Amino acid sequence: MRYAAPATSEEAARLLAEEAGTACILAGGTDLLVRMKMGMTEPDLIVDIKRIPDTQGISKTKDGFTLGAAAPGLQLGRDSALRQAWPGVVEAANLIGSDQIQGRATLAGNLCNASPAADSVPAMIAANAEANLVGPSGRRSIAVAEVVTGPGQTSLQKGELIESISLPARDKSGGDAYLRFIPRTEMDIAVVSAGVNLTLDGGVIKSARVVLGAVAPTAILVPEAADAIIGSKLDESALEKLAGAASAACNPIDDKRGTVEFRTKVAGVLARRAALIAFKRAGGKQ
Amino acid sequence: MSGVMVSAKVNGDPVQFVCPADETLLDAIRDRMGLTGAKEGCGTGDCGACSITLDGTLVCSCLVLAVEADGRELGTVEGMADGEKLHPLQEKFIEHAALQCGICTPGFLVSAKALLEQNPSPTEEEIRYALAGNLCRCTGYDKIVRAVQAAAKEMAAGSR
Repeated sequence: MRYAAPATSEEAARLLAEEAGTACILAGGTDLLVRMKMGMTEPDLIVDIKRIPDTQGISKTKDGFTLGAAAPGLQLGRDSALRQAWPGVVEAANLIGSDQIQGRATLAGNLCNASPAADSVPAMIAANAEANLVGPSGRRSIAVAEVVTGPGQTSLQKGELIESISLPARDKSGGDAYLRFIPRTEMDIAVVSAGVNLTLDGGVIKSARVVLGAVAPTAILVPEAADAIIGSKLDESALEKLAGAASAACNPIDDKRGTVEFRTKVAGVLARRAALIAFKRAGGKQ
Repeated sequence: MSGVMVSAKVNGDPVQFVCPADETLLDAIRDRMGLTGAKEGCGTGDCGACSITLDGTLVCSCLVLAVEADGRELGTVEGMADGEKLHPLQEKFIEHAALQCGICTPGFLVSAKALLEQNPSPTEEEIRYALAGNLCRCTGYDKIVRAVQAAAKEMAAGSR
């Protein structure tokens, strides 16, 4: 195995594109090194993106926030402007693993690992996040929702890497939240999760995005669930419709962590609770 | 397999070593630097027995490649005592009998030190959350939490 730590995203893309064997991108390494340890991945080349200045840190721009692909959860949690604007995204990122994991694990890594149960992904999709890619044929930005195509599979082309993730600008009329169900208090993988992002106009929900995790091969955006609350003040009947639409959209598996029936039911419960938190954060009053 | 040259600092001292690109930082610390405080419990970032700091950030050294440490500063349990004088956390772990078999202890000490540097007077809940990445199968955790509380108290009194 060879290791490279290029200084630019373009150089990283070139190395990844030119590698004839298995090339892996290393950001926080909290998934990659586990896969290597288990023998599930045997890279010929590892390209470490942590020495690239453009993958570092968090910057606030007029269009929102740019989160470097190498910025770990710990950094997101310590950024008060980001926490204030997108608390749901930050909470989702910070739910992943222990403090040790938070010191390394990144949003871009969580996304590209492409687990159906990834915590940060529903929150990012709800937030309309974009992934800024660099590849052998240049740069492009795609919706985070377009990145994962199935368990362990992404739409990234050979040689492409995520340099950063963009979150839109936010005013006080918006709120987001992410909740997951796990049988413990922490240090676990989501059995079901829900991310909700909404904006208000005159106390009424103007726009909403509801995303579920761990109930299908990828995180799923549920427009029917959003439609159920748009135009409402999140009264009981809107909440009931939201929960019903969320449950109806589930296509989960049965496994040791949860049954189909349980996941389907809890998806509705979590969507409802996350919507209530997001609504309150947007300044909404029921 | 050709080796990669790595220069880093561990507990303030410069170190240089050559290792294969796929060697973990934990293996390099134990086998090349001879610092055997950090332990391999799981090797997959679940147990925290390999906890160290990398440029001041708490990490599992089993989930870091040794080559990533080039130019970085590492902190291990061996750097906690000041010569013969133990760190207050180490003293309180002994006083409170916060260990039995001892395998997890270096990881707990490094994690607890990282916690107290960020938050000098944590609540019990904050301590339990901060140490959730460290597993102990002997103590039931209570004695560890008491030891951290006692050390925090003593360190706060000492800095006054």
